Amino acid sequence: MNARIEKQKYLIDFTLSSLARRKAKNLGLLLVYTLIVFLLASVMLFTHALRQAAAEVLVGAPEVILQRMVAGRHDLIPPGYLERIGRIRGVQHKEGRLWGYYYDPVVKANYTFMVPGNQDIAAGTLLVGAGMARARGLAVGNLISFRSYSGKLFSFTIARILPHDSELVSADLVLISEADFRSFFSIAPGYFTDIALSVANPLEVRNVAAKLSQQFPDSRPILREEILRTYESIFNWREGIVLALASLAILAFAIFALEKASGLSADEKREIGILKAIGWETGDVLKMKFWEGALVSLAAFLIGYLAAYLHVFRFSSSLFAPVLKGWAVLYPRFELSPVIDGFQVATLFFFTVFPYAAATLVPIWRAAIADPDAVMRG
Amino acid sequence: MPVARLSHLALVTLACAASLVAATFADAAWLRQQRAGGMAQMRDLVEQLQLTDLCLFTEARYTRHLSQADLHSAFQDHPLGLEHFPTGSLVLPPPRLTASHERPDRETEVPD
Repeated sequence: MNARIEKQKYLIDFTLSSLARRKAKNLGLLLVYTLIVFLLASVMLFTHALRQAAAEVLVGAPEVILQRMVAGRHDLIPPGYLERIGRIRGVQHKEGRLWGYYYDPVVKANYTFMVPGNQDIAAGTLLVGAGMARARGLAVGNLISFRSYSGKLFSFTIARILPHDSELVSADLVLISEADFRSFFSIAPGYFTDIALSVANPLEVRNVAAKLSQQFPDSRPILREEILRTYESIFNWREGIVLALASLAILAFAIFALEKASGLSADEKREIGILKAIGWETGDVLKMKFWEGALVSLAAFLIGYLAAYLHVFRFSSSLFAPVLKGWAVLYPRFELSPVIDGFQVATLFFFTVFPYAAATLVPIWRAAIADPDAVMRG
Repeated sequence: MPVARLSHLALVTLACAASLVAATFADAAWLRQQRAGGMAQMRDLVEQLQLTDLCLFTEARYTRHLSQADLHSAFQDHPLGLEHFPTGSLVLPPPRLTASHERPDRETEVPD
């Protein structure tokens, strides 16, 4: 047993010295390989943690949102709708929501103005998200002015800044009193942006939604389960940037493995020929090359995964921020709660380590079974 | 003095890296605990303010409130107003929207 282990250790010694002879090429290879694993693992960890965060946080979202559509566009809910909804059996609680968007030309950012249903905000004051406060350099007690869409200038005092920890849901929020909201956006009393409903029996939600669609043909109910499903499939592997990144990484990896599998360099062939000429068996040459593939791919996987973990959970996925930010000025500073799916890590390991190790063995086997003299002559 | 063998060095380095990878699971559990307060705060805020979406993309209204968007919102600024925000290429419309638009096409058995 000991002799066997010792033999493998000697093979590793030899492999490492052989790798060290082509230092630049092999280090380059390790770097590219590590980068591919890093990219794939970062995307995998980030999207999984984000989906988990969305599922955990949005579980408290309204059960049903009722929007009104006019000519394919989201429109205001007119007076009378709320009363009519109250007559639908199963609806437990209904509330008109007031919210809208405002473009701030000063910092070129979009804000979400909202009237909180459950708390009173004094007229002339605002509660703002930490992202918005950062963009405008605001502190509690500061004055801020916005020009409304009607051209009138409104001034508000910042009463509170929402907690930094909640930026993932509140970075761009501006909470305002109902009276201020209505006069700022010129929305007449009785009108709402949409309606939030809760249903007494959770099993009845779909029935209530069907009744709403029937009674209000111009409306569109959005269920909480649909909101959750939207975020379950966000950054799906089959779409958008993730697909682009994954296909590029996989393509790079395929070229990489193919280059290995398609043939050996003259140097490597000569090395195998010499080894066979001095008495190495085909099995030994294969074992030596197996160690080469295993060491390189294992090192690349371990370093790439570790770097991806640190990037996503310790450095707030900072490399992804410019991509996610797009043209937006406001971007939330958030730290994802780490959720690692062991199965995903195992899949990544399987698809990055095994193909490379296998790809290195095929040409070696072809060279190793050939006559040493022929191999050395090329 | 015995010279350190390359194989020992490599195996020890790989073992250390593997232990660090295993340690990420423990670190993740610890971080989850540390950040549980923030998650609870967000959950409360979502419930209190009746929020529907994550504030990930603020550049366009249909990506700011992804779940509230409709299929036309990316193109509705004017006819032929092609969708032009970068985040439009990061995320697709909610599955419920595309599903209802694709269905009639897919259900057609006999082509015209």
